[in-house]
Amino acid sequence: MHWLVRPENIRKLWIAFIAILVLTVLAEFFVESHPHFGIDALPAFNAWFGFIGCVILVFGSKLLGMWLKRPDDYYDKQ
Amino acid sequence: MTSSEMMLHPGLLLIAGGLLLAFVRGSARSVLAVLVPAVALFFVWQVGDGVFGRVGFLDYQLEFVRGDRLARVFATIFTLMALVGGVFALKQESRIEVPAAFVYAGSAVGAVFAGDLVTLFLFWELMAVGSTLVIWAGGASARAASMRYLMVHLFGGVILMAGITGHVAAGGSLSFEAMQADSVAHWLILIGFLINAGAPPFSAWLPDAYPEASWSGTVFLSAFTTKTAVYVLLRGFPGTEILIPIGLYMVFYGIVYAILENDMRRILAYSIINQVGFMVTGIGIGTEMALNGAAAHAFAHIIYKALLLMSAGAVLYRTGKRKCTDLGGLFQSMPLTTICGTIGALAISAFPLTSGFTTKSMISQSAANEHMMLVWLLLAAASAGVFLHAGIKFPWFVFFQKDSGMRPKDPPASMGWAMIVFSAFCIGLGCYPDPLYAILPYPVDYHPYTGAHVVSQLQLLLFSGLAFFLLLNYLKRTLTITLDLDWFYRVLGPDVALGLAEGVAGGLAAFGRGAVGVFDSIRTVIFRHYGPSGVLARTWLSGQMVLWVAILLLMYLVLFYVPG
Repeated sequence: MHWLVRPENIRKLWIAFIAILVLTVLAEFFVESHPHFGIDALPAFNAWFGFIGCVILVFGSKLLGMWLKRPDDYYDKQ
Repeated sequence: MTSSEMMLHPGLLLIAGGLLLAFVRGSARSVLAVLVPAVALFFVWQVGDGVFGRVGFLDYQLEFVRGDRLARVFATIFTLMALVGGVFALKQESRIEVPAAFVYAGSAVGAVFAGDLVTLFLFWELMAVGSTLVIWAGGASARAASMRYLMVHLFGGVILMAGITGHVAAGGSLSFEAMQADSVAHWLILIGFLINAGAPPFSAWLPDAYPEASWSGTVFLSAFTTKTAVYVLLRGFPGTEILIPIGLYMVFYGIVYAILENDMRRILAYSIINQVGFMVTGIGIGTEMALNGAAAHAFAHIIYKALLLMSAGAVLYRTGKRKCTDLGGLFQSMPLTTICGTIGALAISAFPLTSGFTTKSMISQSAANEHMMLVWLLLAAASAGVFLHAGIKFPWFVFFQKDSGMRPKDPPASMGWAMIVFSAFCIGLGCYPDPLYAILPYPVDYHPYTGAHVVSQLQLLLFSGLAFFLLLNYLKRTLTITLDLDWFYRVLGPDVALGLAEGVAGGLAAFGRGAVGVFDSIRTVIFRHYGPSGVLARTWLSGQMVLWVAILLLMYLVLFYVPG
């Protein structure tokens, strides 16, 4: 089994990933920022905005998919 | 400057080289496939500023070649793409595809150097022919898609021609300069351009046709048509506000459809529309920084999108499979392809140190500078969405996720080197963008590597990554496609046409029956009068004839002498 797919290593990857996430949020306090609008001055704006944006996109797509998805041989049968 | 100062038209050189390539085999073919675009790239940079090669046509003066900074940026990336794409396709066995791709690339170069609308139109149509042949060369399964593709582009060409004719008839100059969307003719030109950009409602032709081409064909296709459209919008309609909502629609359309898609190359095709959406939005914003951003993004996009499609092409070449549901775990035996594909994925996501970071951010920065908060927020959300649908989804489902059990090798050296070269460009332009900034249409005063920009971009992308892995269960691939507006011309249109045909056929039959009835009764009447026993066919007696003649004469006399 490749080392990258062993469960114990996947766990380590998750821990490393979460540590990096925390670091990127903390890094905000050490750089000089120039917010253009009010909203982007909120703490960790890009972190939660990106996260929420993706959640909305995924579930929005799922919703649209329920209406528009077809088996992938749909056009062959037409 | 005079025309003698320009030695060779790089577009015509590529076209001629492509036509020659169709008749050459073996190692001579490989040498030509690399040499022709390399020489064309050299000649792109021999085109100075100004107009060359004026040609008289009817009462008009055509400006066959007009050189300036904007044209050179696009011509540079087009010829570079032909060069590296030519290397990638050295193993391509189809004898049509690469020659057609060079004609296609050459006409794209011809279109960006065209100084007038007629020359632009000629190259525009030649592009449609070249690209259709590239798709057509993909094999029997690609034929139907190539015809649908051709129909859409010929339709776009007709609209563009109608617009150009109207523009000239209204006294407009034939020269291709910036216009306003202020008349029917100009709107038609704008619509003709937008159809090639993949704008709504004509977005579906791209994911329908491009992924049907061969493993190397799709790489060429991703580069020229949509980016020539970006070029003509940049030149013809900078600052046209309607382009902002159109661009934003394309951005989100691409993300949503790519999230739902199962075919790896269709995922990347949808993301072409997504990326072109960023450029179209930038053109709509229309400040010098936004226009620079759109041009720079087009340049970087061609490279990383080709790189992504090369990695997908390598997988297809080795496995023959395109669906995410059939793939996975390939990183174990295709390390080079995995690394190059991942570099392309990071670049399209605008990760720091990649070319997307130094180019795309100019567009969102210009939205911020113009205080367009909604546009800026939507572009930020879209950047997160790009990482979601292309940055992680593509490499994850193709190279990682569940193990498909397949252990294909990395592709042959020619394909590997093409991927390495474009990976180097992605990272090179990300670490040192100054050479690209130096050739952009306007002077650049932009510094991508500020602490705030790096940190905010990392937050945005990494938390999108978190969302991806937390929502992985909702992103599982299914054996489905997603209906698009092409349903109207692939299903509804033919159904209506069939229904109409049946209706018309039925109507014709009824009409026929009715007509036969009418003819029958007419025939009966005629027969009654003219038949063997009819009143007009009887043999009359001479006496009766004399009487009738006398009556007619009498009536004539009476009428003649009636007092006037």
